[in-house]
Amino acid sequence: MLYNEPHPLEVKVLTRRFDQPNCASLDTYLATDGYKAFQKALGMKPEEIIEQVKVSNLRGRGGAGFPTGMKWGFVPRTSPKPKYVVVNADESEPGTCKDRLLIENDPHQLIEGMLIAALAVGAHAGYIYIRGEYRYLIEIMDRAIDEARASGWLGKNIQGSGFDFEAYSHTGAGAYECGEESALLESLEGKRGIPRIRPPFPAVSGAFQCPTVLNNVETFCAVPSILLNGGEWFANLGSLKNGGTRLFCLSGHVNRPGVYELPMGFNLMRMIEEIGGGIRGGKKLKAVIPGGSSCPVLKAEECDLPMDFDSLAKAKSMLGSGGVVVMDETTDMVKVALRIMRFYQHESCGWCIPCREGTMWLKKLLERMDHGMGSSQDITLVGELARNMLGRTFCPLGDAAAMPTISLVEKFRDEFEKKLSRPGDLVPVDMVMA
Amino acid sequence: MADLVNLTIDGRAVQAAPGALVIDVAKRIGIDIPAFCYYEGLSLQAACRMCLVEVEKAPKLLAACTLPAAEGMVVRTESPTVVQARKFTLEFLLTNHPLDCPVCDKGGECELQDMVFRYGAGESRFTEVKHHVDEKQWSPVVYFDAPRCILCYRCVRICNEGLGVNALGITNRGAYSEIAPNKGDHLECDECGACIDICPVGALTSGIYRYQTRPWEMNHVGTICTHCGDGCKTTLGVRNNQIHRGNNRDRSGINGEFLCIKGRYAFDFVEHAERLQSPMIRQDGRLEPASWARALTVVAQNFQAVKSRGGKFGVIGSTRTTNEENYYLQKFARQGLGTGNIDHHRSGDLATLLDALAGRAGALAATADLYTAKSVLIVGSDLSQQHPLLAFQIRANWRHHQSHTYVVTTGPVREDGIASRSVRCAPGGEVDTVESLAAQLRTEPELVILFGDAVKGDTLRRLVTFADSLGIPVRYVCLMDYANSRGAVDMGLLPDSGGLDLAAMLAAPDLDALWVVGANPLKSAPLASAGAFVVVQDLFLTETAQRADVILPAASAYEKNGTVTSTTGEVQRLKKALEVMGAKPDLDIFGLLARELRLNLGPARPDAVFEEMRRNPVSPLNGPSRPELIRSADDTLFTSGTLGRYSKVLSSVMEAPGGLYRG
Repeated sequence: MLYNEPHPLEVKVLTRRFDQPNCASLDTYLATDGYKAFQKALGMKPEEIIEQVKVSNLRGRGGAGFPTGMKWGFVPRTSPKPKYVVVNADESEPGTCKDRLLIENDPHQLIEGMLIAALAVGAHAGYIYIRGEYRYLIEIMDRAIDEARASGWLGKNIQGSGFDFEAYSHTGAGAYECGEESALLESLEGKRGIPRIRPPFPAVSGAFQCPTVLNNVETFCAVPSILLNGGEWFANLGSLKNGGTRLFCLSGHVNRPGVYELPMGFNLMRMIEEIGGGIRGGKKLKAVIPGGSSCPVLKAEECDLPMDFDSLAKAKSMLGSGGVVVMDETTDMVKVALRIMRFYQHESCGWCIPCREGTMWLKKLLERMDHGMGSSQDITLVGELARNMLGRTFCPLGDAAAMPTISLVEKFRDEFEKKLSRPGDLVPVDMVMA
Repeated sequence: MADLVNLTIDGRAVQAAPGALVIDVAKRIGIDIPAFCYYEGLSLQAACRMCLVEVEKAPKLLAACTLPAAEGMVVRTESPTVVQARKFTLEFLLTNHPLDCPVCDKGGECELQDMVFRYGAGESRFTEVKHHVDEKQWSPVVYFDAPRCILCYRCVRICNEGLGVNALGITNRGAYSEIAPNKGDHLECDECGACIDICPVGALTSGIYRYQTRPWEMNHVGTICTHCGDGCKTTLGVRNNQIHRGNNRDRSGINGEFLCIKGRYAFDFVEHAERLQSPMIRQDGRLEPASWARALTVVAQNFQAVKSRGGKFGVIGSTRTTNEENYYLQKFARQGLGTGNIDHHRSGDLATLLDALAGRAGALAATADLYTAKSVLIVGSDLSQQHPLLAFQIRANWRHHQSHTYVVTTGPVREDGIASRSVRCAPGGEVDTVESLAAQLRTEPELVILFGDAVKGDTLRRLVTFADSLGIPVRYVCLMDYANSRGAVDMGLLPDSGGLDLAAMLAAPDLDALWVVGANPLKSAPLASAGAFVVVQDLFLTETAQRADVILPAASAYEKNGTVTSTTGEVQRLKKALEVMGAKPDLDIFGLLARELRLNLGPARPDAVFEEMRRNPVSPLNGPSRPELIRSADDTLFTSGTLGRYSKVLSSVMEAPGGLYRG
């Protein structure tokens, strides 16, 4: 059980059932307003559902923060092709561990979110693409699907409404790339997990070349609450244009790491100090990765800011997937850069040249620098290589590798320089990366 | 037609259809946007990032190969940012590239070399250890050197999309990604070498060409493949009177980039050790080498003797010799020897088709039509085995134009995979089955019917009557199997009315002289006349040549000039690539014999004969059509009659692909 002790400052919307006994069961779900939002949605027109989601200012929780209502609105409902609902549960961004909790503790909330999305776009089948490493979640998800089907919440003529919907789980095979929506669809179709050329976007041509709603687990999980309490209620929970709450995965050198549901726009410094209980061992804060390993790092002095998509963008970083990685003063930033680049080199799918070759080169280069064998030109080269990957690759994986690297070299150049002359005077990183 | 959009590329205003790709639009006005993975006719990848261009108002560089032209778009293809991006992409590419250009087959004609020359990183800043993988051999033909590979996926696409073979895929990921056969460690495919030819670098090399020569040391001779009736252009790379490779890298000719294993590699029969290089005369029952002068005299004396006493000649022409030679031969027989007993191995009933069509114009389809026709019907032929180019065209038509393909065969064929309707029939039941498709065929706007040797004579007439009843425009391809089968018919290598056909010549007990040019009739039937004087012109000591009284060593199609006609009727020029010592082109031999016999048949030069036959065409149908003589060559992709027997490449490829008409 990864779930941590809740914090009084949390606003529990998506995680509100986590404290219930047997929280993943259908009985618990039904006893706590479960499937009520879906029944409400059955009485609504598809446009009305989408309108509520738009009003809620719900933005994609996978990382890009695209307005969910708008995304659903792109699906051509009149198309003669079948439509699909696909859940991205390929949670692989280092520092992120929220979707697994949502599936583990409240899988029916996800199914209900899918059902509502299906009503909104006229879909009758949906897939939950679960990260290969999350094997145990597949059992939990399948049990929930079976339960729901046995009680008439999935299948033909759901609860006598005349609406049909089937949900299926599908296992990934351990590729970070398959968290990218079009690569996920390729993988779902049984092909090599490589991103597609876009446009067309999945809303128009997604799974099996049919219109598809594709969102992150957390995004779907927010939908039942939005329908039950109204879009405006959800919007008001968060900050301007950033509706609702979100699950922050606080990790690294804090006293109380864990997943906390906090309103959008919650101050990052407060999150570290009050929710996380401050830096471990009374050390000083050095830097924070605010939204998973692909986001540019923030220096300690940049951390006094509200955690929402727009504020982070203003600070030239990203809210990403909510993986907040806190690093104290003992952290070796060259090792951080190397650790991140090792990950992206390992996960690069190899489709396009800049990402395939760039991540490999950077990894080797950073490895050498970490061993104290770098030259000052190498520091410049790291930044230059990363900048030449940025925006030039086929999919955002190259950007994801480049952005943190650029920020690390720019903001902590002195540490790279120190490493050249006197290797070993900084202790190794022991940050927790899920 | 939707309205055209206006855009600007490098300051030049250009109009384009909406949705046209910027890379294509630029090419049309002479601006070359570089690319590795983009390849006309194959699916889009956007993987190499070489074609990135700057577009006004776009936040980042965009790949021109997937960028649809839009109204008001302003594109810069060589701005400093673009050039800098390409330089970096190339630097990235070269990090794990072995840079073994001095020993690489591709050196001198490598797209990576050219690209680095154009944009290149002149220096390398990569000082880390390169990722190395050992070279692999996937088949006798295909070698793969992974470190040289730039992963443009052209090979995967040409094999999967172009050929429909699906032999290649990708294994591993990231910098360890590698092209790999879908069978793991070896290929089970057509061995066509399209993957090797399309490879922009030296990653895929051929077992035939590798380490033989530098590309700039060869003469490149564009001629026509001599192995089947499809008439593919193959460009032979010749150095020191030796052919080192065949390809069609400039995508010219009726075949574009297509070649099968025969066109690309099976030229090696020309240098086979058993090639005849001296005339031979039978003395005391044994064939002994002789001089050309002596051999020609013996032939002339015997022919003269038979002619003087009014004896019976039989002349069997070739399906591989040029039109000029065929024309000259039939003229030689008719005017010089005074005989109408002339024939060749017939593999398609063109004569009946022409008769049934009764002079209708435009009823025969060309190769190019197979790429544009709205629908195609294949009757009784395993096309991808026997006519691989035509199969390639039909597949490309299906991929690019969503054309409809109908298949009526006695067994499964590769075209089933792209067919709108594929029907099996009992042998001989082809036309009955075609007739059962009437309702569906009637809905097509037009149709091209390709038929093999199963459809001939009255069956063929029935097919034409049926097609007429459809009420849609129908064109035909009469499939004929050898390099100049069509030319043999066109040039009149058919008996006069009252003349002996091939079977009758062999069966005639009183035949006095048999003259066989580039054919091997005695392989399948004996010669009844024991006393006949037999002259054979051929490359090898075939079954027929072994019976000869005089053998005259002939030059192959790659050793002479002239024209040949493909099964779809394209007349194409052969260009002499090399000379084989001792052998002479058949036309030269005819000329020399005519001189010995003091016959005035006109100059025996290809250009002069071509001019003559252009002015005085022969009527192809001189006598009755004899459908029972029509017999397919039954060649597969890996066989090619006599020539195939003497090709090491064709006999080295192991996994003969399955096919209906496999011998």
